[in-house]
Amino acid sequence: MDMFNAIIQVLDSTIRLSVPLLLACLAGLYSERAGIFDIGLEGKMLVGAFAGAAAASVFHSAFIGLGMAILISVAFALVHGFASITHRGNQIVSGVAINFIAAGSTIMLGQAWFQQGGRTPALAPDERFGAIIWPGADALRGVPILGPIYSELISGHSVLVYVAFLAVPFTWWVLFRTRFGLRMRAVGENPAAVDTAGISVAWLRYRALICTGVLTGIAGAYLSMVQNGGFVKDMTAGKGYIALAALIFAKWKPVNAMFACLLFGFLDALSIRLQGTPLPLIGKVPVQLMQALPYILTVILLAGFIGKAIPPRAGGVPYVKER
Amino acid sequence: MSAPYAKLPAWADYGLIPVINLAVAFVVAGFVVLLVGENPFRAAAVLVEGAFGRGQGIAFTLFYATTFIFSGLSVAVAAHCGLFNIGGEGQGYIAGLGIGVVCLAFDSVLPWWLTFPLAIIAAAAMGALWALIPAYLQAKRGSHIVITTIMFNFIAASVMVYALVGFLKPANSMAPQTRTFLEGAQLPKLNWVIELFGAKIRSAPFNISFLLALAMAFLVWVLIWRTRLGYEMRTYGHSSKAARYAGISEARIIIIAMMISGALAGMMALNPTMGDQHNVALEFVSGAGFVGIAVALMGRLHPVGIVLAAILFGMLYQGGAELAFEMPAISRDMIVIIQGLVILFAGALEHMFRPYVQALFASLSPRSVGMEAIKGKGA
Repeated sequence: MDMFNAIIQVLDSTIRLSVPLLLACLAGLYSERAGIFDIGLEGKMLVGAFAGAAAASVFHSAFIGLGMAILISVAFALVHGFASITHRGNQIVSGVAINFIAAGSTIMLGQAWFQQGGRTPALAPDERFGAIIWPGADALRGVPILGPIYSELISGHSVLVYVAFLAVPFTWWVLFRTRFGLRMRAVGENPAAVDTAGISVAWLRYRALICTGVLTGIAGAYLSMVQNGGFVKDMTAGKGYIALAALIFAKWKPVNAMFACLLFGFLDALSIRLQGTPLPLIGKVPVQLMQALPYILTVILLAGFIGKAIPPRAGGVPYVKER
Repeated sequence: MSAPYAKLPAWADYGLIPVINLAVAFVVAGFVVLLVGENPFRAAAVLVEGAFGRGQGIAFTLFYATTFIFSGLSVAVAAHCGLFNIGGEGQGYIAGLGIGVVCLAFDSVLPWWLTFPLAIIAAAAMGALWALIPAYLQAKRGSHIVITTIMFNFIAASVMVYALVGFLKPANSMAPQTRTFLEGAQLPKLNWVIELFGAKIRSAPFNISFLLALAMAFLVWVLIWRTRLGYEMRTYGHSSKAARYAGISEARIIIIAMMISGALAGMMALNPTMGDQHNVALEFVSGAGFVGIAVALMGRLHPVGIVLAAILFGMLYQGGAELAFEMPAISRDMIVIIQGLVILFAGALEHMFRPYVQALFASLSPRSVGMEAIKGKGA
């Protein structure tokens, strides 16, 4: 039974750890499918986390916090769009710039406004998104096997967790079953064709980036208002890049993205759980190896050793109308 | 199809437009200062005063600039070949491993002038090696260099934690850093050069690796504009198709350019380890690899520009420290914001003001922008 409980615990933290990755990964999916590389996911998550926690603690409302997180994150996405769509700048340079501005401004504004060394004030329970207990979760807790699965894994998460997992089928539906999705995919593969059809490439790409901003905003809000009771400086700690890795790992597909994020979340949960304890057969695995594993896996995948990851064809190329 | 942008006189291209972009970045930064309730003009004055006001400040400015010259050159060499090496951070970090091993092995037996060349070779080799794998994967397997170099930054961080905790730190110590290097691995200071001009310096880590950085800047200039290899790199950077048509081996040029870039990034680790801290510690690179992107963009990928941009960023780092001391509302992270804004305006938005400048030039003297022939034809 101990073993079983341990597994449940690891899986539970897997879910918690993969949610921000999943939201950021889907965010990246929208922009990359539309042909805009976005290494600024990290920065947008960070400003989302900061804006969310700051607004929630000032206005004492989790929902105002979430709204603010989305708003600021979208604003940053639009800056990326302004540079890379309107002015046809280098998308990677623009993403790097956004990460820098986010990293610096969150700490500096946090310090200036709250004077807590770059943190925001600790959020009260009603300023955060609390856990939702599903009906019967407590009653069923005692039932062997299914009880813990229902009450620990399925029930008892915050609303943003469910939003993240519902965003997966929703994204799939948008991408593959709507006109907007079809056009978005087309603009990532062959923008000239979309332009010929009389559809604005720029406006389509801007809309994709707004979707990206909304999702990174939610991801940030999750970090600072659910996982943690407030903003801490640099709290994204590379999650934006892991999400990017997951996106490649998922070959730019929403359902794959969920599994990739769960896998990376699982590796993270396992490395926390296993710290220092030897594994059967393999022996003691260095924590650092576990932490580096998502990156190593992505490199191996990119090198084409596990299937081939083919990015959207027009990714990273600014669209120039024929002159 | 016409070229996207008409030609400007060289001085406007290499002087005016970067200055405009930089000025806009600083104006936006000024608004951030206003947002936290301080006076941006006073902040700028404190910053410049802190960086150049006293000999001490100048020495620190040049110390920071040393690292940025290396990382800026690293980004520039790759960029001339059309590659975006975003992995300078990891390449510099992993070079610390080579430096650590060399210094720990030789600092008690060799004088610094023998340890230093060995450490340079070790640092450059480790940096080049760390760039080799992404380069190979890009050249042979077609994986995107930006993504792989980002991944290698994180892998480098994990490797360094493992190495420092596992075998580089002294057995009886808890802190994840090497023991302090003995004199045989401490670089001599250059503070006396500034003192020649009459300034007083208490203690500053400005050291001899600055000269190495300047030498490298010169060598990069020779490489890019005066050698066959550099010509091939630039050709490939302009048009990979043309390069292939001219018989330039794609894989070879990518791998060579990235290894040179990685070696330069690796050398930036010499300055903070052997020149200042006299040990290899966790996170000793602290973002300098990324600063290189801003420096290279601002310096327009030219070594002279890069040295100037590196000194500007050195000034921001040193002056920023003073600023944080003088104005508590402004923390050192202001520099990170300025860095981001510089990358945004000098990099991603570099063409934003170009049409206006062009229009201005065209109205002043059509000949200077080569508009004579097409004037009045709706060009």
